[in-house]
Amino acid sequence: MAPAQQDTAVHTGRIARTFIYVVLLVFALFYLLPFFVMLVNSLKPLSEITDGNMMALPRAWTLEPWRQAWSSAQIGVQPTGLKPYFVNSLLMVVPAVAITTVLGALNGYVLTKWTFPGHRIIFGLLLFTCFIPFQIVLIPMATVLGKLGLAGSIPGLILVHCVYGIGFSTLYYRNYYAAFPTELVRAAMIDGAGFFRIFFRIMLPVSGPITVVSVIWLFTNIWNDFLFGASFGGQSQPMTVALNNLVQSSTGVKEYNVHFAGAILAALPTLVVYIVAGRYFVRGLMAGSVKG
Amino acid sequence: MGFLDIRNVTKSYGSVKVLHQVDIEVEEGEFLVLVGPSGCGKSTLLNMIAGLEGITSGDIAIKGRVVNGVHPSKRNIAMVFQSYALYPNMTVGQNMTFGLEMHGVPKAEREKALADVARLLQIENLLDRKPGQLSGGQRQRVAMGRALVRDPDVFLFDEPLSNLDAKLRVDMRTEIKKLHEKLKTTIVYVTHDQIEAMTLSTRIAVMYRGYVQQLGTPREIYDAPANVYVATFMGSPAMNVLPARVTMRDGVPHAEIAVRDGANRFLKFSQANMAAWEGREILLGIRPEAITDPDGADRNSRNIVALTNRIGVTEPAGADTYVTMELGGKDIVARMRADANVAPGADFEFAVNMDKAVAFDPETEDRIAP
Ligand SMILES: Nc1ncnc2c1ncn2[C@@H]1O[C@H](COP(=O)(O)OP(=O)(O)OP(=O)(O)O)[C@@H](O)[C@H]1O
Ligand SMILES: [Mg+2]
Repeated sequence: MAPAQQDTAVHTGRIARTFIYVVLLVFALFYLLPFFVMLVNSLKPLSEITDGNMMALPRAWTLEPWRQAWSSAQIGVQPTGLKPYFVNSLLMVVPAVAITTVLGALNGYVLTKWTFPGHRIIFGLLLFTCFIPFQIVLIPMATVLGKLGLAGSIPGLILVHCVYGIGFSTLYYRNYYAAFPTELVRAAMIDGAGFFRIFFRIMLPVSGPITVVSVIWLFTNIWNDFLFGASFGGQSQPMTVALNNLVQSSTGVKEYNVHFAGAILAALPTLVVYIVAGRYFVRGLMAGSVKG
Repeated sequence: MGFLDIRNVTKSYGSVKVLHQVDIEVEEGEFLVLVGPSGCGKSTLLNMIAGLEGITSGDIAIKGRVVNGVHPSKRNIAMVFQSYALYPNMTVGQNMTFGLEMHGVPKAEREKALADVARLLQIENLLDRKPGQLSGGQRQRVAMGRALVRDPDVFLFDEPLSNLDAKLRVDMRTEIKKLHEKLKTTIVYVTHDQIEAMTLSTRIAVMYRGYVQQLGTPREIYDAPANVYVATFMGSPAMNVLPARVTMRDGVPHAEIAVRDGANRFLKFSQANMAAWEGREILLGIRPEAITDPDGADRNSRNIVALTNRIGVTEPAGADTYVTMELGGKDIVARMRADANVAPGADFEFAVNMDKAVAFDPETEDRIAP
């Protein structure tokens, strides 16, 4: 605590502040409640749920629903659990995010520091991809994937997500690099660094914040995608499609506790990415390079 | 042929011509200052020497080798940018040796060059810091250090001092001057500050609207400005320029100046060739320090003319007192000694050093005398 209270420019009244916190608390509860319901119900036996009272804490705590969701639940016709689909999703999302981010960074670099006649048009067209609804491209995309021999495979899904993600990652990096002092690039040119050296030695080391933004955005979108997964997944469907199959299965009793556990499993990676990547969201990387 | 040759260089952006026929020859070891107002094309010219901008027409040669189209890193130049452009992710030491590393200089040599330059600039204790942890003056020094380790043929400076506060600017100016005297490297230096230009340069190119208005030593530029623009741009307070008529009295050309009280004043020219302008209008240029109180007049001058006129405003400025008066319909500034006995509204006998007067053609605004 500071020894003396700083007299700040903005005086927010005690009542106003209390009001703000109460409102925020209500919002937080509103969002946390469903998660709470999912969590507690994934930890109790099915009988406790069917007895009613979804809000109560488990009387008999159990991890069995989690184990079932992960490794033995009926997905479609096979009792495989979500595990293989989780792996599919990982195999899809990691390369897709990596490729899209790298290409976006390179695009942003070229579009700001190595401009050529028509660069604005190229950027405009790339931006356009951000606004095309997924449904429109389903059939052409299926044709292209078929021609490339990538239909129903993970590489096919990676390609689709790269094509869609590159508009966003380019947008992020272009705007970030537009504020990057061109004099630094010129200084590096005089120092004798070429295209890639300038990128890797000068630009990339200070691109942390925007990379975090790009990765979070792409990871969340690609991981959560259902439409492309269902349409082009074939034998290698991602987690989202599998979860749907688990929950929608028409045979037998509905095992809500397993469904809840599966849903949390499906959401977990994006949560982890937020928490881990957010830590690297450091500010002030450009400090001192040019006069303030 | 000079060390750095700029031959008939022009630059256009689309249909807009921003540099017209620039022709400058720089000798080895010279300190050339490009000075001019914002937007006159100084940075563009410097960037063309560096190879960061293409040349629309003409040639630039360094050491006799035409470098049009040669990559910036292969011209053996080093540049200090206005914003310093230090690499934020590297330490001071890495910043300074990055160029050497890119040019494939072995590590031992890099370390040696770094140590030498760090000692020269007295930044040895900063080598492990990041640019963010430096003060403005220190950053400035590092930016110069980065150029110095390369031992280039030509140094290019683009307004290196413009981001510093007034005091530091004067200090760094002296340091740059000392550095040049020690290293004797050829320097091209851009500034819009005419005092920087006067104090640092061996030669000055005054630029305006994409033209080099005048190229010469600081003395030449100051005493014999090529035109009214150069005359008023260089010097502070600016040179007084007033309309006058050339009249002959006793066979000697005089400048006849109208004053509001109706009695025209006559100032005898030092230059006999002004007789050719008899009866014609001219623009007369007199620097404030050439109009003084009689005791403060230059004793070496051969032609001090007494001029009685009413004092307008007086502005004591410590070392000097500036006096404003009306002459030829203009407000004229005169520089008195600090203890000169001047009172606003009083008539006063000024001493005008006509040896230092300059005459301009009112049509072209070019200098006609001396
Ligand atoms: N890429 C460009 N496209 C069109 N015009 C340009 C471009 N770059 C510079 N100019 C024009 O060229 C002229 C000279 O610019 P330059 O940067 O050389 O000015 P300067 O003398 O360095 O000015 P300052 O003192 O403000 O730095 C300006 O009128 C500017 O508008
Ligand atoms: Mg400039």
